[in-house]
Amino acid sequence: MKQLARRRSLAALALCSPLILLIVCLKIYPTFYAVFLSMLDRKMNNFVGFDNFAFMISRPSFQLVIFQSVLFAVTAVILKAFLGFVLAHLMHNIRGRNERVWRGLLLVPWVIPLSLSTLTWWWLFDPSYSAFNWTLNMLGFEDIAFLGTVWNARLSVIAVNVWFGAPFFMIMYLAALKSVPEQLYEAASIDGATAVQRLFFITIPMMRNIILITVLYSLIVTFADFDIVRILTNGGPQDGTHLFATYAFVVGIQSGNIPRGATVSLFMFPILATLAFFVLRDVMKRNKEMA
Amino acid sequence: MSASATAGNLPVPKAKVGSMEKQRRMALWASYIALTFFVIIFLIPPFYMIITSLKTSAEISAQAGNPWIVQNPTFDNYWELMTNAAFQRYFINSVWVTAVTVTLSMTIAILAAFSLSRMGFKGSQVLSTGVFLTYLVPPSLLFIPLFQILGWLGLINSTWALVLLFPTLAVPFCTWIMIGYFSSIPKELDEAALIDGASYPQILIQIFIPVALPGIIAATIFAFTVAWGAFLYPLAYLYSADQATLTVGIVRELIKGDVFAWGMIMAACAMAAAPPIIIYTFLMDYYIAGLTAGATKG
Repeated sequence: MKQLARRRSLAALALCSPLILLIVCLKIYPTFYAVFLSMLDRKMNNFVGFDNFAFMISRPSFQLVIFQSVLFAVTAVILKAFLGFVLAHLMHNIRGRNERVWRGLLLVPWVIPLSLSTLTWWWLFDPSYSAFNWTLNMLGFEDIAFLGTVWNARLSVIAVNVWFGAPFFMIMYLAALKSVPEQLYEAASIDGATAVQRLFFITIPMMRNIILITVLYSLIVTFADFDIVRILTNGGPQDGTHLFATYAFVVGIQSGNIPRGATVSLFMFPILATLAFFVLRDVMKRNKEMA
Repeated sequence: MSASATAGNLPVPKAKVGSMEKQRRMALWASYIALTFFVIIFLIPPFYMIITSLKTSAEISAQAGNPWIVQNPTFDNYWELMTNAAFQRYFINSVWVTAVTVTLSMTIAILAAFSLSRMGFKGSQVLSTGVFLTYLVPPSLLFIPLFQILGWLGLINSTWALVLLFPTLAVPFCTWIMIGYFSSIPKELDEAALIDGASYPQILIQIFIPVALPGIIAATIFAFTVAWGAFLYPLAYLYSADQATLTVGIVRELIKGDVFAWGMIMAACAMAAAPPIIIYTFLMDYYIAGLTAGATKG
């Protein structure tokens, strides 16, 4: 019997071995290798300890990257969460009535591969052919240099990310809304609760966990975003829109300074690890509640 | 004024019911109006993508009249791309890389999820958690060390590099979805099968896979989406045009040429975006169910 159990767990381990192999070789090992790489000099011959980190953090251009990444991720996630929340409520209001069609239309931004839709945004923002500027001119406004000045470019990058990511928040929040028992609202209505009270005392507390998980998860993904900035501005104007990922790409791949590139990427690690810790904690708590 | 208002409201409770009905209908209409507004905003880029793809380069460069409409619609851009050997190459590269990624990822994920949710071994709990954590590791954190590793393996500028790396993006979440679906299958079902003398492979193939088919569809769509739309890895590791996938081929190779080639670029985007859009049109419900499984259960 004991032997059977051992054989069973051996078989179980064998079934997991491709997964373990994949994670160890292509996720865990590269993480440690990145740390090793970041401690080498330019020619990758000598060990320099944390010199690369000290160098990067003292550089104004890199401090700007940190600022921009935080600005981008925090602003975009707040806007996505808010817009997703509004959209989920609107969808919930019309439940049953062609819901699938409306949902399908709202999900289009999220379905198109991001690099391709960003390319379309770039074309919409094009300095001399912008269809937005044509419309603005028709309405009697001046041209806007969407990608021409630092702050315009930052806002444009955030706008594209919100456009892409809001539908994801909508479906998560809509699913959460649907799981709130209708009786709670009925009881509140009988007690004379206003719409605002119902929102703050029923909807938001009931959705709390899913709101948290979605926001934390999105913060991770948005922090690590690459496609939008790479295509829309390539970090410009005057390095005003670089994020960790795009800056690491320019330093590590394009300029060929592998150790410095690895250093730039690794600066994301403490932020992402903290966020991941909270996601994991909430997911675990949730699983326990469900069980 | 307040007196007249109370006077109007007080005597007829029926009127209040009517006003609530009215309020509800108002809310419904307001929702429709707001949703229409958001749908229009959301669909501007895909709409403009298609509009531009139907224009000739001459029409785009002339800048005469409204850019939001096509004066002389033409499918030339599409025909030209379809007969363009380079574009065919990108499409074929994307198709085969995606096909292999999906097959590989789903095989790994289903086997592991079956083992983790049903068979179990020492440390399987830790592994489940670890799988979820690796899902949170973004590609932009590891692309530089992976560049070195691919160099040792001689896979730089080879689509095989993508076949090796894309599963790392897809497998963790696919496994996570499959663990969820497999765990929801009642234990009695496989216990009964075990007593009847079924082996684990039989249980997996004849019970678990058919029962968890919605989950398998959801996970497959996820793997497809990741492989089809990936941009960073192909951009970093594939530098020659003949190895490019669609995303990189369009962004890097098509743009180099003529300044007024936007009609063709947008046609290429539309063609590259078509497969995911078609898949989502038919299988959206499965995907959303898989994605929100945790949210709805809670």
